[in-house]
Amino acid sequence: MKNSKAKGKGLSLGTKNLFLGLSFILPNFIGFFIFILIPVTFSLVLSFMKWDGFHSMEFIGIKNFIYIFKDRVFIGAIFKTVYYSAFTVLFTLVASLGLAVLLNNKLRGINFFRSSIFFPYVASIVAIAVVWNALFQKDFGPINSFLKMIGIANPPGWTASIHSVIPALIIVSIWRNMGYFMIVYLAALQDIPYSLYEAATIDGATKRQQFFRVTLPLLAPSTFFVLMMLTINSFKIFDLVYMMTEGGPGNASTMLSQYIYNQSFIAWNYGKASAAAMILFIVVGTITVLQFKVEKKWLSYM
Amino acid sequence: MIIRESKFSKFLTYTVLSLITLLTLLPLIWMLSASLKLDSEVFSLPIRWIPKNPQWKNYTVIWGKIPFGLFVWNTLKLTLVITVIQIATSSFAAYGFSKINFKGRDFLFFCYVTTIAIPWQVYMLPQYSLMNKFHLVDTHIGYVLLQSFTAFGVFLMRQFYLSIPNDLLEAAKIDGLNDYRIYFRIVLPLSKPSLATLTIFSFVTIWNDFMGPMIYFNTTNLKTIQLGIRMFIGQYSTEYGLIMAASVVALVPVFIIFLAFQRFFVQGIATSGLKG
Repeated sequence: MKNSKAKGKGLSLGTKNLFLGLSFILPNFIGFFIFILIPVTFSLVLSFMKWDGFHSMEFIGIKNFIYIFKDRVFIGAIFKTVYYSAFTVLFTLVASLGLAVLLNNKLRGINFFRSSIFFPYVASIVAIAVVWNALFQKDFGPINSFLKMIGIANPPGWTASIHSVIPALIIVSIWRNMGYFMIVYLAALQDIPYSLYEAATIDGATKRQQFFRVTLPLLAPSTFFVLMMLTINSFKIFDLVYMMTEGGPGNASTMLSQYIYNQSFIAWNYGKASAAAMILFIVVGTITVLQFKVEKKWLSYM
Repeated sequence: MIIRESKFSKFLTYTVLSLITLLTLLPLIWMLSASLKLDSEVFSLPIRWIPKNPQWKNYTVIWGKIPFGLFVWNTLKLTLVITVIQIATSSFAAYGFSKINFKGRDFLFFCYVTTIAIPWQVYMLPQYSLMNKFHLVDTHIGYVLLQSFTAFGVFLMRQFYLSIPNDLLEAAKIDGLNDYRIYFRIVLPLSKPSLATLTIFSFVTIWNDFMGPMIYFNTTNLKTIQLGIRMFIGQYSTEYGLIMAASVVALVPVFIIFLAFQRFFVQGIATSGLKG
């Protein structure tokens, strides 16, 4: 009785919980708010401004957007980003699923294989870029030496050629990321109860049928996750491109992020950079929402 | 799924796995091999995987040509400070987001999750001008503030806390513990594996970060190990042996951490892949 009286005098439960909750969240949220949320919001504002970072800002409406859509480099960047992402997503997905199925057994030493394939993911991109650039070297690099050895007289110029620079980047991305998504798939595979396969075997299903009728449908949620992460990451690709080619040769590998970077830190067109950033955000956001919608629809039928 | 296999298919699996693994590791093996070569040997054919005269001096020269030791120290310092702040604040916040029901909670969490999908390039620039206003560009503090409050940590820890049964906390409340005590006495000790996961991810991310330091550090004394490797590319473009040696040195700590805490990596990836 005394207790409820005390409560009545003090704050209501809702207010109490609000303060309690905030006390847990604030140490992180204050930093998050100032250093991440404010800049995110501010970039929206900047996309309607003309600003070089020094002089005063000027509101110019949608002029930045008009400018970038007339810029051939920007349009090219969109196409290249889509081209790069489509192949990277598809091949990485297939490679990581294949590896996960292959590595999902209890053979001796299986951990060694798993770790080795995962390791490129934790290696620094700077180091990776240096090594792959050397491997891709047009005239005397190991990859082209090998290709010449097996009888290909005119191997591609890789990062030195406008035609093969993006395929080269795709190869490195697959190599780097397949181990990460392999682990996502491995975790999902290990959650599939063995009894399902026993039942399928009793019903006379072959290994192939088991894979397509049991394994693949049950992996659908993971596949959606992998698809989404891969798409977002591919559209955001920057570090690898910057370090391997800096968007070159010419603008042959200038994708969206590189374009934003060039507009901000080389041309000092803050407004145009932010407008391009908004487009990138809209594209990534749309894809994310779309995949969520498709996932909900698809999974609810299962 | 356990597949019982015949001897032949076992042999086949091993062969395929070995080939794939070798192919995956080949670029890194090449790097290791090139780090012990003279520049004239790096591209010589056929590839000599084990150098004839290993140039161990590549590994001593790099420390003198640029302040590589200082860079390693800077990287270590930044990595540790950021990891500690991130662990402390994000696990604390994750408790609020998962175990206390208050008004506006879901909206705040939505803000966090949205920023995971927003590419850094989108707000890199406003962030830079904000830091510039605070006079925090070209300082270690600025970089620490920038990297310590990312949404990923909160997201990962919350995923884990959701799996802690609320009954356990209710029982503790009946015993008279308040939420702060529950967090420190019960939840924190329970979440050691997730804390380890977050530690490792944070460590690897900051250790390997290139873009952040590149944009924020101009003064040589502030630079990090990844920028150091790039300095070799700029200044000594033909000295592949040195570049490779520096890259190997940068990889070693990550490699050791990876080997020691492998299972936490796996656990973390599996957790963040679950639907919350």
